[in-house]
Amino acid sequence: MAPGESVEVRGTDRHLGLHLTTWARRQGHRVVGLTVTKGGASGARWQASERAGVPGPTVWEKAPRRWGLAARGALVEAGGPDLSVADLDSKAAVWSDLAPRLYAQAAAAQWDPATAIDWSISPALPDEVEAAVVQVMTYLIENEQAALMVPARFLGRIHPHYREVAQLLAVQTADEARHIEVFTRRALLVSGQLGVSGAGGRASLQSLLDETDFSIASFLLSVLGEGTFLHLLSFLERYAPDVVTAQVCHLALQDEARHVAFGLGHLEEQLRVEPALRPRLRMAMERRHDALASTSGLNDEVFDALVVLAARGWTPDAIGVGHDAVQRLQVDMDEGRRRRLTRLGFSPQEAAELSALHTRNFM
Amino acid sequence: MTANADSTRTAGSDVLLMGAVAYDPKVVTIWDGFRRWLIGHDLAVDYVLYSNYERQVEDLVAGRIHAAWNSPLAWVRARRLAAAHGATVSALVMRDTDQDLSSVVVVRADSPAHSAGDLTGCVVATGAIDSPQATLLPIDALRSAGLRVGEDLTIRRFDIGVGLHGDHIGGERAAARALMAGLVDGACMIDANHLAFTTEGILNPGATRIICQTEPFDHCNMTVIDSAPAALAARFGELLLAMDYSDPEVRPLLDLEGLTAWRPGRVSGYRALEQAVDNAGFYDAEGRICAAGYRP
Ligand SMILES: [Fe+2]
Ligand SMILES: [Fe+2]
Repeated sequence: MAPGESVEVRGTDRHLGLHLTTWARRQGHRVVGLTVTKGGASGARWQASERAGVPGPTVWEKAPRRWGLAARGALVEAGGPDLSVADLDSKAAVWSDLAPRLYAQAAAAQWDPATAIDWSISPALPDEVEAAVVQVMTYLIENEQAALMVPARFLGRIHPHYREVAQLLAVQTADEARHIEVFTRRALLVSGQLGVSGAGGRASLQSLLDETDFSIASFLLSVLGEGTFLHLLSFLERYAPDVVTAQVCHLALQDEARHVAFGLGHLEEQLRVEPALRPRLRMAMERRHDALASTSGLNDEVFDALVVLAARGWTPDAIGVGHDAVQRLQVDMDEGRRRRLTRLGFSPQEAAELSALHTRNFM
Repeated sequence: MTANADSTRTAGSDVLLMGAVAYDPKVVTIWDGFRRWLIGHDLAVDYVLYSNYERQVEDLVAGRIHAAWNSPLAWVRARRLAAAHGATVSALVMRDTDQDLSSVVVVRADSPAHSAGDLTGCVVATGAIDSPQATLLPIDALRSAGLRVGEDLTIRRFDIGVGLHGDHIGGERAAARALMAGLVDGACMIDANHLAFTTEGILNPGATRIICQTEPFDHCNMTVIDSAPAALAARFGELLLAMDYSDPEVRPLLDLEGLTAWRPGRVSGYRALEQAVDNAGFYDAEGRICAAGYRP
């Protein structure tokens, strides 16, 4: 109806006339008897309104703060408070065309720690091997904790226009929550004790938490840290001395592959429109390397535990084999990092240099 | 600023000073917002808040403020008080939602009463002593129907927010609750609150019946005293009338104040209240407070 047009209202409630008059007055309509003539206010409210983009996953280069929390594609009334917290409000800064698909995959791939792992098979390992598993799990838990906190801190800063990215990061933090749970459960399964937490490892993780730039944080955490962890988790799955250890590493590995895929996809797209980001990524790696230069990185207990697991025995030969396997793991990690750095447009030479600067703590 | 302890000091002429009664915390939001908008449109304006309408009216007539956002009862008193002091007040603007309101006296649907006359011997709940819409006007309507208030029927007043001239909804809500609880036979309220209480579930749909409805009356207005700086007052009125509901800056304030447009003020809608005030002996012809037990 256009302003000025009338409608006659019929009804049986004995208060219809009273309530109709009252309601219409408040809306700026005129009433005579039971005939309401539309006023201009209801239309005026929407005069300066605009659509917050389109409903589908086609996003704008920049999301205005004035859209607030409105759903993408909703008609937004002008006025009201600007969104005060979402400073990650440009496509280049957060988006990846992979996000909607990765989110759907992530939501479909959620597993229940209680049932996805066969906790009833109690590992009966030699004490030294069990201790090695416990030490590796202790190390993994603190790394997972960092991997949970980093995306969680950016989640609330993402403009709702790029909701699939926020949704994906929300599931990613849920993934990390489950990783923390299953690694903790495996650690405590036999001995009820945890291993050691080295100062060098914690220094490395603290430097991840200190990063406030979303792109640099995803670069350091997802591309380099979680990318390196893909090799570590697949190594652990392969050399796991018991079924539960193999299962928890396997499940975490699947999730991590998604985390790496998003970080890589997002940065690839951002670098296409913003090549000046590349030297900043390089500088961030150099800065982190310098900051961690005086720390020990991966502690000996974790390194030894990895050797013990890969050795599968106590003969000098077996220990030699284990040591070689861990050396190979580090070579694989380095190759993986160089491959991902190359995908981000670094030259092979640069990729090799940068990969060598990566934290000795792996994450 | 020059210090001036003289309590009879009047408002200067460089800034339009208006008063508003702080019946709710939102009043600060509303007038702060309007003030900012008006200053943005080059009107020097400021406001002061009062705890009750009586002092606001007295200050208006004394020239301590130039304009007052007045309840209908405050208008009646301002008009009388001003006239008694050889001054005049005028209604500059009012809200679109201030025009042609009505109040009702309702009974429970199963009440034996079917007309106002049937309320003889009954107890009727009203709002606060100074509520035009929930006390003075509906009681006067019952009086016009031939009932002698206090003799033929008993009034049970719910004195909540006395001094706010019924702006506080509490008295009417308590009256409606008393009706549904069977504590009284009838209850007085403004039309909008009958709808509001129905929506809130205090009055179930179909649970009440209107036994008496007042003639249409007008509610608040922006009252201006004739000693106010004329150009500022005229500009004030023009700017308020120019506020557009499509302007996202003022729309939230208009929503909060409950209007979609300002209208030029009119005083034709206060006749019934003038009459009710006389019949109840609330104010005298010179605007003195006469109502027994009224302590704003
Ligand atoms: Fe993880
Ligand atoms: Fe992860």
